[in-house]
Amino acid sequence: MKITATRLAMAATVAALGTAALAQELPGPVKARQGQFNILAINLGILGDMARGKAAYDADAAQKAADTIVAVSMINEPPLFPEGTSEMDIDGTRAKAEIWDDWEGFAGKWSGLGEAAVSLQQVAATGQEALGPAVGQLGGACKACHDSFRAPE
Amino acid sequence: MRRLLGFLALVALLATGALWMISAPDPLPMGEFADDPGGDPARGQTVFTAAGCASCHHAPESEDKLVLAGGQRFPSDFGTFIAPNISSHPQQGIGAWSLHDFANALLRGVSPEGRHYYPAFPYTSYIRMEPQDVVDLWSFIRTLPASDTPSQPHEVGFPFSLRRGLGLWKQLYLDPAWIVPGAESDEMRRGRYLVEALAHCGECHTPRDAFGGLERDAWLAGAPAPDGKGRIPALTPDKLGWSAEDVAYYLETGFTPDYDSAGGHMVEVIANFAKLPPEDRAAVAAYVKALPDGGAMN
Ligand code: HEC
Ligand code: HEC
Ligand code: HEC
Repeated sequence: MKITATRLAMAATVAALGTAALAQELPGPVKARQGQFNILAINLGILGDMARGKAAYDADAAQKAADTIVAVSMINEPPLFPEGTSEMDIDGTRAKAEIWDDWEGFAGKWSGLGEAAVSLQQVAATGQEALGPAVGQLGGACKACHDSFRAPE
Repeated sequence: MRRLLGFLALVALLATGALWMISAPDPLPMGEFADDPGGDPARGQTVFTAAGCASCHHAPESEDKLVLAGGQRFPSDFGTFIAPNISSHPQQGIGAWSLHDFANALLRGVSPEGRHYYPAFPYTSYIRMEPQDVVDLWSFIRTLPASDTPSQPHEVGFPFSLRRGLGLWKQLYLDPAWIVPGAESDEMRRGRYLVEALAHCGECHTPRDAFGGLERDAWLAGAPAPDGKGRIPALTPDKLGWSAEDVAYYLETGFTPDYDSAGGHMVEVIANFAKLPPEDRAAVAAYVKALPDGGAMN
């Protein structure tokens, strides 16, 4: 009995150490910025599925998704991109060093997202037909930034 | 290092004689594409878009993708290649070329002076191009503006700077045969033509061997990114669990099924495919869905 308990305790300790070693803790700002991008993707998904006819159009849900995208686009980016958190510095991020070399260019792409988000917000509740072009425009703003500033996986 | 040694060995062999003959450029017979029948520039524009000529040949920071001034850099294990000016300028571009010169470059990787081109110019795919598409493409490309930007020399060290060695490379890797055999339907044949001949998807999505040749038995099975960190994803069904519709939608909009958005070099490919008819995107999707697991060709 005793042996089993000790073994269990040991196993638990090993497991705990193991996970701690495996899951490399990412710095808070990196986790935060990845989270913000995922919020964008989730809400874009709601709109994209409606635009493609994979989900029924729902004006209220579409408006809420568009409002959320606008809200995220208003997040101030510099605190989420501190020095030393590019893909050259740490594992677990796809942020290219070019972000820091050309902060103005990066900020320009983020404002581009804001503009596309506002256009989407204006039409989201007006009907399914308007979603396709507005979602496409927003997608253009995502790609434009990923093109230059996000590394492949 | 293995690459360097391998290549040095090839060059050493070259020096011994017989291989010097084998490495000679193999241009098209003089009679082929000798007269320019005059192509259809509208069709040529579709070929140009699907083949992504502008993606590599537009100037690096230029908004106008139709000025083919060159200057973009393509890093590789062998050095950095710099895309040349292929605008209609008679001295700096290819404005003074004949249709025969143009066909030789695309279908044989041979310059008007009879020198080998580096395969950074994806003629290993374009060799499968239909003759009519070459004629139409030529008639379109000549309508594009001239740029007087001079082409820059490649940054490629010895021994890769010896273009003659490419003759041997071509013996190994320049092969007009289809990679996926026996496409049954018109849609599959169109998809194969787009993927294997024009859009050269394999240049990025297929791994390379020690000499920089594509590994045909890991066709589209994913590869390390040529410019350093990261991987270019696999397109084979064992790795890419997307429906055909998802693939077509991605090629149109850049959205993955969970609405992540494409980045890197794929963005230019999507910009091109968004301009093609929906049937072409569907054909590529059908081809991708029919790939064998792991890209294992037999
Ligand atoms: C201003 C530049 C920029 C814009 C605009 C942008 N992204 Fe990104 N995105 C990035 C960067 C940089 C990363 C990598 C972040 C990291 O790994 O630290 C990223 C990562 C992501 C990720 C992966 C997050 C994770 O879990 O690692 C998703 C999903 C994503 N973006 C979706 C989108 C969508 C959808 C849009 C448009 C609505 C968008 N992004 C707009 C720069 C941008
Ligand atoms: C992946 C990038 C890439 C793509 C796509 C590409 N090229 Fe090129 N091209 C190059 C590079 C690099 C060279 C230089 C090769 C060399 O010097 O050996 C080149 C050379 C050429 C040349 C020879 C120019 C000269 O001055 O001798 C021509 C002509 C040409 N390309 C036409 C095209 C056309 C037409 C297309 C589309 C059907 C195309 N290229 C697509 C990268 C590309
Ligand atoms: C110039 C290089 C290049 C060429 C040519 C290219 N791709 Fe890509 N492709 C990429 C890169 C890089 C990515 C990763 C994109 C990212 O980081 O978001 C990618 C991603 C993809 C994806 C998404 C896979 C995933 O798991 O997210 C698909 C599908 C795809 N490519 C299909 C194609 C097809 C089909 C072609 C030919 C018509 C093609 N690609 C040609 C570089 C290329």
